[in-house]
Amino acid sequence: MKGRFGKFGGQYVPETLMNALIELEEEFESAIKDEEFLETYRYYLREYSGRPTPLYYAENLTQTLGGAKIYLKREDLNHTGAHKINNVLGQILLAKRIGKKRIIAETGAGQHGVATATGAAKFGMECEVFMGEEDVQRQSLNVFKMKLLGAKVTPVKTGTKTLKDAVNEAIRNWVANVDTTFYVMGSVVGPHPYPTMVRDFQRVIGDEARSQILEKEGRLPDYVMACVGGGSNSMGIFYPFIEDKNVKLIGVEAGGLGIESGKHAATFYGGSTGVLHGMMTYILQDEEGQILPVYSISAGLDYPGVGPEHAYLKESGRAEYVYATDQEALDAFMALSKIEGIIPALESAHAIAYATKLAPTLGKDKIMIVNLSGRGDKDVGIVSKFMGVNL
Amino acid sequence: MNRINEKFSHLKSNQQKALITFVTAGDPDAETTVKIIDGMEEAGTDIVEIGIPYSDPLADGPTIQSSSIRALKNGIKIPIIMDMVKEIRKYSEIPLVFLVYYNSIFKYGMDEFLEESKRSGIDGIIIPDLPMEERNEISEMMRKKDIILIPLVAPTSRERVRDIVKNADGFVYCVSINGVTGAREKIGTDLKSYMDSVASFTNIPRAIGFGISNAAMIREVKDYCDGVIVGSAIINVISKYDDNSEMLENLKKFVSDLKSGLSEVKI
Repeated sequence: MKGRFGKFGGQYVPETLMNALIELEEEFESAIKDEEFLETYRYYLREYSGRPTPLYYAENLTQTLGGAKIYLKREDLNHTGAHKINNVLGQILLAKRIGKKRIIAETGAGQHGVATATGAAKFGMECEVFMGEEDVQRQSLNVFKMKLLGAKVTPVKTGTKTLKDAVNEAIRNWVANVDTTFYVMGSVVGPHPYPTMVRDFQRVIGDEARSQILEKEGRLPDYVMACVGGGSNSMGIFYPFIEDKNVKLIGVEAGGLGIESGKHAATFYGGSTGVLHGMMTYILQDEEGQILPVYSISAGLDYPGVGPEHAYLKESGRAEYVYATDQEALDAFMALSKIEGIIPALESAHAIAYATKLAPTLGKDKIMIVNLSGRGDKDVGIVSKFMGVNL
Repeated sequence: MNRINEKFSHLKSNQQKALITFVTAGDPDAETTVKIIDGMEEAGTDIVEIGIPYSDPLADGPTIQSSSIRALKNGIKIPIIMDMVKEIRKYSEIPLVFLVYYNSIFKYGMDEFLEESKRSGIDGIIIPDLPMEERNEISEMMRKKDIILIPLVAPTSRERVRDIVKNADGFVYCVSINGVTGAREKIGTDLKSYMDSVASFTNIPRAIGFGISNAAMIREVKDYCDGVIVGSAIINVISKYDDNSEMLENLKKFVSDLKSGLSEVKI
């Protein structure tokens, strides 16, 4: 069925948006087959964002842990500091092709907001970013960056004042301005065609990683892992490996203060099937379908849903989903900084955390790729506060 | 005959148009909601839309969002709302329609939700986040239970209107503008051509909703439609007064004023 991953996905949105989604789907499908469009997209990925990003053998980390060989896919080295720019460049070029001059976006940690504001600056578009008021506080550095880039940042004061509410408000704004505005969604979530489109604009991560590991090791990895909030960096690195049945795919969700505390964002632990932001997927909800407040130290994983294709990969058993707590992510954040000289984003630190647990249990002949989806500059304030250090 | 169809055919034979008013279930509490519905009926409302509060109401603006949050904080649950409807049905035949987001129905269990709605005395359901592409399963189940799925069309629907209103029953909810719910000063849309285009695809009544906030606006739009829907403006009145009897008094005045906007004969 169109726009479905098994029973997940679909288009649960107000009627006002339906023709816009149909138009978007048609434009995307024609663009993704248009060699000229793809050439332009690849040009900006290469010249503007600095791709391909390295697949870096983390020798110190590997030796410290004494198990599987760990490679890091360095998405943190992208322009704007995270994988988000891959998708933004694709969608902004698409907006240009459709002829829309105003773009809007939601943001959690601010990485997608910064990437979108960057793209808007580069391509001369008007840009408004919706951000939960709580995230505006937690990520003031990124708020300032967006403003420098010429975007308007609108704090969202409704609901839990985080990413979920920023998406609601962006959708509402889109409904009101659908004739003039292109919504650059930041993850593999939302109504069809977004989950497919964002995945296709993020699969460059996995495509590169796959050929890089074949070149370096002459074989495919045993494990590919990545953090999962909405799930765009993980979907991007997983997708090209899906047919490689011997490659285990592991998504790491945000365990917050622990699953039993109820303060977490691990959708696959305690979540159930429902509808949120236009898609059917796993969501954290109560018995009457009210969306539950979620929590994570990392604003980018603080989301009560997950991309519908992840829900499908989980149900079909093709991917496995685990979680790392705040504390485990912080430990990994410190460890990677000290051992490898790489400060990871708190989101990515969740994936590193699980890798550091798993690697020592595996033989030295095993290979794992961990997606380092972003860099940690934006998080040093939060981490220093956690350590009781005043900057 | 379903109460909604009965109402419209009665209104039509008297050359009248329908006033449809909205209330959030449980804001401020279930008991008061029942009194609000009674008061609105007394003041001339023809059909009542009962909003089932949802944590993430995508199609709603700030007024109904806040109202939903108040109701949820006060502990409103679907079984309480069903009981409320049963209570009203003991003495009233006013057509009652649920406005409910899809996840509320889905999580509750589609069959249970529809069965309980039917048993309570609900006549129709509006699901603002369920476009026609996703409605087949539920519309089939509703047909069997004689609950009408009220279709929504929007100014952006264009050629989609034909399929949306195919086999439709009750009335067509015509969203007046691109945007979310909320009282507005003006409707920018060219309502005549929009409503004419809807009429070219269906003979069932067409009601205009979103943004309509007073009798003057009703006077402006009534010639293009068979009914008007007022939501946020009602909530604004309800939330304005702390004292319930004062609130009910003013709400009744407001509703009968809205009604007068509809019934005025064009000279």
